[in-house]
Amino acid sequence: MPILDVQNLRVRFETHHGVVRAVDGVSFSLEEGETLGLVGESGSGKSVTNLALMGLIPSPPGVVEADALRFEDRDLLALSDEELRGVRGNEISMIFQDPMTSLNPLLTVGRQLTEVLEVHERLSRREARKRAAAGLADVGIPEPERRLDQYPHELSGGMRQRVMIAMGLLCRPKILLADEPTTALDVTIQAQILELMQKLQREYGTAIILVTHDLGVVAGMSDRVNVMYAGRLAETAGAVELFDDPRHPYTRGLLGSVPRLSGDTDADLDSIKGSPPDLADLPAGCAFRPRCSFETERCAAEPPPLFDLGGGRSSACLERDALGQPEGGAR
Amino acid sequence: MSAPLLEVRDLHKHFEVGSPGLFGGQQEILRAVDGVSFELGRGETLGLVGESGCGKSTCARTLVGLYPPTSGQVLYEGEEISSLSHRDRAPFRRKIQMIFQDPYASLDPRQTVSSILTEPLRIHRLARPRQRRLRAMQLLDAVGLNPRHIHRFPHEFSGGQRQRIGIARALALEPDLIICDEPVSALDVSIQAQVVNLLGELQERFNLAYLFIAHDLAVVRHICDRVAVMYLGKVVEIAERDALFDDPRHPYTRALLSAVPHPDPRIERGRERIVLEGDVPSPLDPPTGCRFHPRCVERGKVTGDQCATVEPALGSRSACHLESDV
Repeated sequence: MPILDVQNLRVRFETHHGVVRAVDGVSFSLEEGETLGLVGESGSGKSVTNLALMGLIPSPPGVVEADALRFEDRDLLALSDEELRGVRGNEISMIFQDPMTSLNPLLTVGRQLTEVLEVHERLSRREARKRAAAGLADVGIPEPERRLDQYPHELSGGMRQRVMIAMGLLCRPKILLADEPTTALDVTIQAQILELMQKLQREYGTAIILVTHDLGVVAGMSDRVNVMYAGRLAETAGAVELFDDPRHPYTRGLLGSVPRLSGDTDADLDSIKGSPPDLADLPAGCAFRPRCSFETERCAAEPPPLFDLGGGRSSACLERDALGQPEGGAR
Repeated sequence: MSAPLLEVRDLHKHFEVGSPGLFGGQQEILRAVDGVSFELGRGETLGLVGESGCGKSTCARTLVGLYPPTSGQVLYEGEEISSLSHRDRAPFRRKIQMIFQDPYASLDPRQTVSSILTEPLRIHRLARPRQRRLRAMQLLDAVGLNPRHIHRFPHEFSGGQRQRIGIARALALEPDLIICDEPVSALDVSIQAQVVNLLGELQERFNLAYLFIAHDLAVVRHICDRVAVMYLGKVVEIAERDALFDDPRHPYTRALLSAVPHPDPRIERGRERIVLEGDVPSPLDPPTGCRFHPRCVERGKVTGDQCATVEPALGSRSACHLESDV
């Protein structure tokens, strides 16, 4: 049984410009200890999906609906606020992109860490402090005891992101939602943090949903990948299969857009024409249609459903069989 | 042989931080750029890469004259320009333009596109007033935007389109050199690819030279002819593109390249990564000797303690004691 089962998740925001459907019918499941990559461009709904799972969408203006949002044997949508607080930060926790704005600048690192333990595990201050120091040591922070008494501004960016990860993992969550955890960091620090996340995942068996726009990070970390476009799933597949043989024109376009460290450098990048659509004013039919080079008349009729392609793969493209092999095959 | 388009000789830019006096505070010197030299030819693209705080943006800003250099020279076609007065520098400002990272912050929200694109022409008294509008429309067309949108404001455009406006503005004065400071790092990948392609196309069309500052090595590999790698205010390696990417010499370059994730699960999972320990040290108090030595994985291979005591010179290629041993 999957640890998390999401069926037909919808999140909409009622704004002055009309109703924005940030997530529009997304279904997926997550197995224990697995890493699911969630990729797509700004506004594709990947972060909102995570926030909805955590019950962190402000209402109003947000409205969250789903046919099922099942965590183990519990229905997350049916939980009271208090029950949800028991899950959040404890069994499901989240790390954010920007550790400067998501840590409290007025509290010491130690206080922010021990609070989690005092709330969820009802530890005494002294026990909590011990566990917090151990948590910092786990993520490779030298002199953890001293760091506990420092404020976030006294730490470097990489160090702060480690504190965030330590905080996210303090209660040994079953699911970690990581929203662009390394985007604000330099590559050498990113490499440290990614290695650390993998090590901790192996030790604790945590399942991770990794939201990122960096296809290189996804390739290294994910078992499976969901590609989102305009609030819907465009494609879902195992990581290797997705990169070898994308079955949606958007995925194909994304992979063609990325410059690489090997292979041909003189050709132009295969960019996707146009810009991501305005969610308050989506085109009829497939939202990717205006940017797609495989578009036909029937694409305008209605948003295509997700077609099961077997082998755990699916694609929301009517012309998926016309794609053929990408040029150059698996690069 | 004629002089290169741009030559930078031993450029330094130091900032004084903290205030002396009143509360006994100590004035410290932040060595943001600490002895950088390179050349750039007409129509050529030189990449300047490195992590946050390595001094690459300060270097760019000092070149265009936004900061006065602490010492060193900037030569444009053989002529020293960094010590010129504001007025004497004007013709050179025309020839060296800049594109910035954040297309939201680098355009005035209260100016129309027309006003943004004709302003440089007004300042430099180029073209007659009536012709300026026409010129602005040609510029929009050159960067792939609709010339009829000339009366719109920046907020009516997407991020990628705004970056195109910034590029059009840089082109307005027909420069020889455009300094691109992280021009695509704020953009989504599909849009990033469009802008990278556009920069390539414009370079060919107008024979532009680019100094391309970026932290994304894959983008740099795609667009540059030569690449300089900076660490803590110094160039640690400079080489032709393929030489640098296929055979990096400096241990820092190797670590940097090895840290870049490949968008291919088979490569990404199988490979050995060099994971550097710790953070970049503070430029207020850089390590003695080789600035990279506290994080260097090759340190043990050098005999004696010269890594910690002697600063390696940038030879023909890289600034590393191992290189000179060979």
